[in-house]
Amino acid sequence: MSEALMDVRPKRKTTDWLKPHRIVLIVIGLAIVLASIFLMRWDWLPQYMPLALQGIWRTIWLLVVTSILGISLAIPLGLAQAAGPAWLAAPAKTFCTVIRGTPLLLQLWLLYYGLGSLFPQFPWIRDSFLWPYLRQAWPYGVLSLTLSYAGYEGEVMRGAFAGVPRGQLEAARAFGMSRVTIFRRIWLKQALHRALPTLAGETVLQLKATPLVATITMVDIYAVASRVRQDLFVTYEPLLLLAAVYMAITGVIVFLFRKLEARIPTRIG
Amino acid sequence: MKTVFKMAFAAAALTLAGAWSASAEEVKVGFSPEAYPPFYSQDASGKWGGWEVDITMAICAEAKLDCVLTPIPWDGLIPALKSKKIDTIMNSMSITAEREKEIDFSDKYYNTPTAIIGPKDQKFDATPEGLKGKVIGVQVSTVHAAYAKKHFGSVASEIKEYQTQDEANQDLVAGRIDATQADSIALDAFLKSDAGKACCDLKGYVAPDLEVLGPGVGAGVRKGDTELKDKINAAIKAIRADGKYAEITKKYFDFDIYGDDKQSN
Amino acid sequence: MGLLALEPPGRGSFLLAGFLNSVMIAVGATVVGLCLGVCGAWCKLYGGPVARDLAAVYTTIVRAVPELVLILILYFAGADLLNKALAAFGYPPTDIPGVAAGIFVLGVVQGAYSTEVLRGAILAIPQGQIEAARAYGMSPSLIMRRITLPAMLPFAIPGLANLWLIATKDTALLAIVGVNELTQVTRTAAGATKAYFTFFMAAGAIYLALTLFSSAIIGRIERRARRGMPSVAGAGR
Repeated sequence: MSEALMDVRPKRKTTDWLKPHRIVLIVIGLAIVLASIFLMRWDWLPQYMPLALQGIWRTIWLLVVTSILGISLAIPLGLAQAAGPAWLAAPAKTFCTVIRGTPLLLQLWLLYYGLGSLFPQFPWIRDSFLWPYLRQAWPYGVLSLTLSYAGYEGEVMRGAFAGVPRGQLEAARAFGMSRVTIFRRIWLKQALHRALPTLAGETVLQLKATPLVATITMVDIYAVASRVRQDLFVTYEPLLLLAAVYMAITGVIVFLFRKLEARIPTRIG
Repeated sequence: MKTVFKMAFAAAALTLAGAWSASAEEVKVGFSPEAYPPFYSQDASGKWGGWEVDITMAICAEAKLDCVLTPIPWDGLIPALKSKKIDTIMNSMSITAEREKEIDFSDKYYNTPTAIIGPKDQKFDATPEGLKGKVIGVQVSTVHAAYAKKHFGSVASEIKEYQTQDEANQDLVAGRIDATQADSIALDAFLKSDAGKACCDLKGYVAPDLEVLGPGVGAGVRKGDTELKDKINAAIKAIRADGKYAEITKKYFDFDIYGDDKQSN
Repeated sequence: MGLLALEPPGRGSFLLAGFLNSVMIAVGATVVGLCLGVCGAWCKLYGGPVARDLAAVYTTIVRAVPELVLILILYFAGADLLNKALAAFGYPPTDIPGVAAGIFVLGVVQGAYSTEVLRGAILAIPQGQIEAARAYGMSPSLIMRRITLPAMLPFAIPGLANLWLIATKDTALLAIVGVNELTQVTRTAAGATKAYFTFFMAAGAIYLALTLFSSAIIGRIERRARRGMPSVAGAGR
């Protein structure tokens, strides 16, 4: 299906797209952008540029790391729910329900401040080898974003695993494939194909969740923009820049997933 | 009916602006809804109290203003004031040159030294040498954040910025930071609490820096809102003179927190 | 545990008030979002070229920018614009209560997602039904009221149910701008008592209960509306 989509794209002529009203809209859009460039205050930009680039890098890092860790947790979670025995399916389902039933911000604060408030009762924690990590903010950010992604994608993967036609698996068994091979070559692959369009959307949602880590002192791009707002008391400029940055990253995510989808010969049976 | 009346009243007020003024007008006092004892704290029923609430109400009563406490997060206070969501800020906001570019301030209504506290089992003092390699927590966009960045930024291992001072204290208890810098009285209240008593003690007062720390705490008003500013200034003077200030202060402190008597502005 | 009691030494009543605010905001935002969504879907499907493009710009921007950033922009810009408009008509500036601001801000966000849900649902209606209505000589507004809206409902319910669940959880983000909803009151109560773990766990349980309760009701509605069709349930974010 997506192949067909890819084929149509180059054939569409630019004249189809560039209708007169669109030109007007684009001109208006450009005028707004130019007006905001010239009428608003951007003199802080050079000074904060290095910090902003660092923030963007941290946001992307957080997105990539938590998505990869999250999906690798989501696969067993989905499998347990779709095909596992009851004693595996029930906890997996509970985990997904709890994660999806509570706000991420609350989960993050529970992990960071809630756990932190328990530390003084256990003085030995400070001597453990984990302490250098427990002291910092990023492990909590990574952990809660990973768990959140795993919770949502566990549900997606459950549907994807359940959606792979039985016949395919039976055919594989008839070929004499071992269970591991069947899982690796047939089941997981087809489930991932099915989940891919959903995963693209979910990854954008994950990007949109990353700025929450700024509330636990992590310095991502959102935190950098907040700092500009607080240092210079300019309200809109950093927020508009922030919106532009997130839209650009979203564009890249959508583009990459489309490439990925196009590379896979899709014929879902 | 009420809104019609309000609008009619507003229209009348506009046309007669300057000709007469209402005996009590509503003034929205912005404050950040976070525990900052003994200046701001919340009881179990959700009501806000503390030294600064009492002083705010005394100033309003003196100036015949009908003040309404309006909660706004700390980092949104100045934008909220500029966008007229609130009319004044009385939230332990120090008068600084940076802030005066954006808003005006009344005269100070208190001024106390700035302190640094840390865990009991670590010995250091409130100097750049003492804080070498430490993780310092401060509240974002406070004079303390600016001071810590300027004086300790190059020696400290990290300066972490928190949304509220309360969260910085909380992380000091948890052991995630080695020190926090804030107003000495607010920190003193924390050190007297159960959590503070168990973990931390005073490391010292920081060296003065008038340019960053400013002359004290004043009420923030919109630029050009001299009417409100003058009213507040007169009220501060009046409650200083008639003993009301001293009376309220006695409830919370055993000394006068006004600082020296030199006028700031 | 005594901290959670309803009587004054405990702060249960306090959490309850925050919870009611959260529910109010979520309901309001969903309603505002639905109205915007109907307009948006109408523009995208039946609107002129300009309306169609504007709707596309709206949904694209809202779905690509984090809610937190949108909330801040709309929260400050909304108050600014409102006061400027009031000043233009000669009224004094006014203050928007936190709950109303929250409803407006989340409503705009929900509107973009509802637009997509409703558009998809309308497209899922068999084309013949609408053509038949047209053949009967019904006016476009009558077709909308009598045919399109009722016929798309079963297709729209799972998506809209998801949006409701998202709305209940997105109210937590308003804590960042200080609206007195459940997460914000939890944070203040936790700060005042230092019992961070207890309070955050309690708030989590309340949110979870709300989600489970909503899901149960949604399940019933869905089963009624989608008799004979496969169920597509699940909580979005």
